[in-house]
Amino acid sequence: MAESQPFRLDSGGLIDRDKPLRFQFNNKQYSGFEGDSLASALLANGVKVVARSFKYHRPRGIFTSGEEEPCGLVETGSGSTRVPNVRATTQPLEDGLSSRSQKGWPSLDFDVGRIIDFTHGLWPAGFYNKTFKWPGWHTWEKPIRNSAGLGRVPEGPDPDHYERVNWHCDLLICGGGPAGLMAALLAGRAGLRVLLAEQDREFGGSLIKERTGLNDKPAVEWVRSVIRKLNALPNVILLPRTTATGIYDHKVTTLVQTGTGTNWRECYWVVRPKKILLATGAIEQGLIFPSNDRPGIMLSGAVREYLNRYAVVPGRQVVVAGNNDSIYQTAFDLADSNIEVTAVADERENIDTGLAGRLAALGIDLLAGSRIVNSKGSSGIRAVQVRNAEQEARWINCDLLAVSGGWAPRVHLLSHAGGHLKFDGANHCFVPGQTPDGVYVAGQASRPTDLAGAFSVAIDASIAVCQSLDVVSPDLDIPQITADIVCSRHSAWNPPIASGHRQWVDLAHDVTTDDVELAVREGYESVEHFKRYTTAGMSVDQGKTSNTNAFLLLSHLTNKDPADTGTTTFRPPYAPVTAGVIAAQSSGDLYVPKRYLPAHSIHKKMGAKFEDFGWQRPEYYPKDSESKEDSIHREVMGVRSGVGVFDNSPIGKLEVCGPDAAGFLDRLYINNIRQLSPGKARYGLMLNESGVIIDDGVVVSLTEQHFIVHTTSANAHRVFEIMEEWLQCEWTNLKVAVHDATSSWANFTVAGPKSRDVLSVLDSDMDLSPGALPHMSAVSGSLLGLDCRISRVSYSGELSFEVNVPAGCAASILEAIIEAGEPHQITPYGVEALMVMRTEKGYLHVGSDTDGATTPDDVGWGAIARRKGRDFIGRRSLARPANTAGGRKQLVGIEPTDSTQALMPGGHLLLGTDRDAPAITDGWVTSACFSPTLNRYIALAMLRDGQDHLGDPVVIYDQGKRHNARVVAPAFYDPENARLS
Amino acid sequence: MLRIPCPYCGVRDQDEFRYGGEAPIIRPADPDKASDKEWADYLFYRENTKGAHLERWLHTYGCKQWFLIERDTLTHAITQVRLMDGVSGDG
Repeated sequence: MAESQPFRLDSGGLIDRDKPLRFQFNNKQYSGFEGDSLASALLANGVKVVARSFKYHRPRGIFTSGEEEPCGLVETGSGSTRVPNVRATTQPLEDGLSSRSQKGWPSLDFDVGRIIDFTHGLWPAGFYNKTFKWPGWHTWEKPIRNSAGLGRVPEGPDPDHYERVNWHCDLLICGGGPAGLMAALLAGRAGLRVLLAEQDREFGGSLIKERTGLNDKPAVEWVRSVIRKLNALPNVILLPRTTATGIYDHKVTTLVQTGTGTNWRECYWVVRPKKILLATGAIEQGLIFPSNDRPGIMLSGAVREYLNRYAVVPGRQVVVAGNNDSIYQTAFDLADSNIEVTAVADERENIDTGLAGRLAALGIDLLAGSRIVNSKGSSGIRAVQVRNAEQEARWINCDLLAVSGGWAPRVHLLSHAGGHLKFDGANHCFVPGQTPDGVYVAGQASRPTDLAGAFSVAIDASIAVCQSLDVVSPDLDIPQITADIVCSRHSAWNPPIASGHRQWVDLAHDVTTDDVELAVREGYESVEHFKRYTTAGMSVDQGKTSNTNAFLLLSHLTNKDPADTGTTTFRPPYAPVTAGVIAAQSSGDLYVPKRYLPAHSIHKKMGAKFEDFGWQRPEYYPKDSESKEDSIHREVMGVRSGVGVFDNSPIGKLEVCGPDAAGFLDRLYINNIRQLSPGKARYGLMLNESGVIIDDGVVVSLTEQHFIVHTTSANAHRVFEIMEEWLQCEWTNLKVAVHDATSSWANFTVAGPKSRDVLSVLDSDMDLSPGALPHMSAVSGSLLGLDCRISRVSYSGELSFEVNVPAGCAASILEAIIEAGEPHQITPYGVEALMVMRTEKGYLHVGSDTDGATTPDDVGWGAIARRKGRDFIGRRSLARPANTAGGRKQLVGIEPTDSTQALMPGGHLLLGTDRDAPAITDGWVTSACFSPTLNRYIALAMLRDGQDHLGDPVVIYDQGKRHNARVVAPAFYDPENARLS
Repeated sequence: MLRIPCPYCGVRDQDEFRYGGEAPIIRPADPDKASDKEWADYLFYRENTKGAHLERWLHTYGCKQWFLIERDTLTHAITQVRLMDGVSGDG
């Protein structure tokens, strides 16, 4: 309807006029058509201002027609589905779409923040490095950050669903324009597995943006026929709305595919192709001139796309300006649609006579050797001032200014893959130089070229791919180019003119030529320094339409060859990527697999509170409505006074077998394992080669050639891998086999003075009497008809039996133990209660009481290590000066003077009384808890020369508070181990 | 992400492997007799080659075997694959 879309042409375009759509922008209703982008629909409706700029809050409009858009960034959605910085140019128009501008208070049209623009002299590049020092940066940081910036983050977790696909193929083609389509057709017909990704929702690239004719028909028909042919090939997959975001090592490439009508929002493709063809086209660059950021100034190629693809011309009086041949095509297309083109201002003096003649025939003024020196119109361009070669300047009215500063091949992905660039002096852009093995470039991405050249290079590249894969390439008909367009060859590049008005280099980050000059004056001359100092190229558009100008300007100001200035490093992702798609399904419950104990259902029935300790384990078993603390204390007293049962199934159980098993284990532990007799158990410390404790545990000997190593539950797999590493890489002649049986066996600790009484009730052939099964020994046999192994080891400090049964029988064995324990009020106890009990005994918890420097001597095991005359891993390091020096932290116990004072791990120790920070720390608290057995708070700590300070006073400095305490021996409870005999 | 050729399983994603450092790393045959410098060299000193680098990898989420590859530390091109064959690895 003419009134509602005043800038939509009556006919033409690839939109579907039979499908009108309604949408909202800033709470106003508009209409458009199926096939529109949000940008084309806004422009059709005469919406000129859609945003405020990053720093200066200047009104901005749509600048491009594609994914490289620097200004037309809007917000869609709301709450948790809010999406910031949506490029209006790539957002497909949908019925009911609601969108809004992102900046501008109180409104987009009247923005108080524009005051920054009026005072722009105060805010050059890097102003925050030099000003706002008093009283401190943090006073100013918040308002400055609130003023700058663009979009708002969503509120709340992402509710959408994402998928991931892992893919292998012969050829991945990035870009579905003429070059990509031609290559896909050839490779597809050759039988290769091809994946063709195109970021637009339609294939065709330039063929659907220009008035190209193929075989005497509009090019779009050739595109449609190729798509039909490709869809018919089972070995070819077409992915529209799919952006290749990065090429990584070994050509692994990531693609982000947007879903339509799917239950997933986006899909992450991780592709492992044999070959890659980059047909990514070229990006048109902006033009630097005074006041070049006004709404209504657009890239000349974008004006053509809006005209040809969307039947939209957002102006009635157009001036075209630039430095290369392609601007003439814009004038021709507009004139052909009866739009007034007032003038074409070409920076170059020598102009192709054919182009000049066509322009003259259309009655359009050609201003050769002319440059724009000023423009007018704050919320939409109204006029430009043009100065010709004779230095005469005049104002020309216009409401649309189409500009072209040249075309730059889209080389980002090539650079990710390790390709090098070289500078093309004739076209003033960086083009592919050396390409890595298996990566090919075709079309406008390889260099500025015409359509014939693009087809030809694509075919050559595709044939090369086939050859490299030993496949015969088929013959292919190239369509006849019956209507061609003017391409961008023969560009010029002139430095910016001198002017008192600002000239924008990077529209997205509000970087002007003044900023570039400042950077050079301040010495930030290397391209990487210049980028970070000015922030040019660092916005969401990554400088796609501005970087070439920025680098050329930099090289001009530093008197360097652009080839020497170079470009900044290109890094993935090529475009903004939703965090959710990278996570795909690996979030929430699926982030890390949960491991459940084999008797989980029984623990649940007993009311356990579970916590994730690498396995879902009972933390405590609250009775009635008791608090967590009360439950833990009750469990501790229950074990110490009677009997308790604990599920220790996650403990590592590595079977080490073979003639050399004993000698092998002897090399891994500081303890004497070589002479560990069958039926005996020994507590061991494992070190790394630097002499640091990495694990502890009990080694049980079943026979001379069969041992079970009980590692800590956290390190079961790690220790298994360490054993395999030594056997596979160093001691390859040892006859040892290692098997990780951790999850094959359930393990229940029955502990307390009544523990033997409880176990004796269960039907078994094993003798559990003190003489037959002393502390630190093991027996195998049957329990309730099941294979069973029982070890007498204790982490609680009470009489304790570890009952090992096949994991599948865990639930029934636990139930049997509970039933047998009922007469003794058996107490199920959890990890928290166990930790209290082992702390009361001063037993090590590797990783809590030890850190990355703790050696055996630090925790009282130095003598054992020194006594062993044979080599073991880490032994040589124990003789290093640092490990034998005084002043090392040693394990001690801590008793706060106020027995009701809780201590926290991490609190710092300061030897003496009345000590305070700042000071050099004397150590830290490593474990702490309330001891119900002793009815006081206790802690373990690592203290400098701790063994020399037993009984001495110490101050605990903890988060600003200080507590007095006394250093004691680590074993608070039953230090003689009487309860274990 | 590297694509690593396990000699037992074929080319697999880097995620399935664990890196084992430069090879060969020779553990002194008699650590007691090693000087502090010799022991420190064994623990910490590595050539950190720019270019062809022989290194160990473990196919931890596959066959669980250690093997050797030669990888160019600049380009990541993998030029050799070998079994452990008695070449010592990083301690």
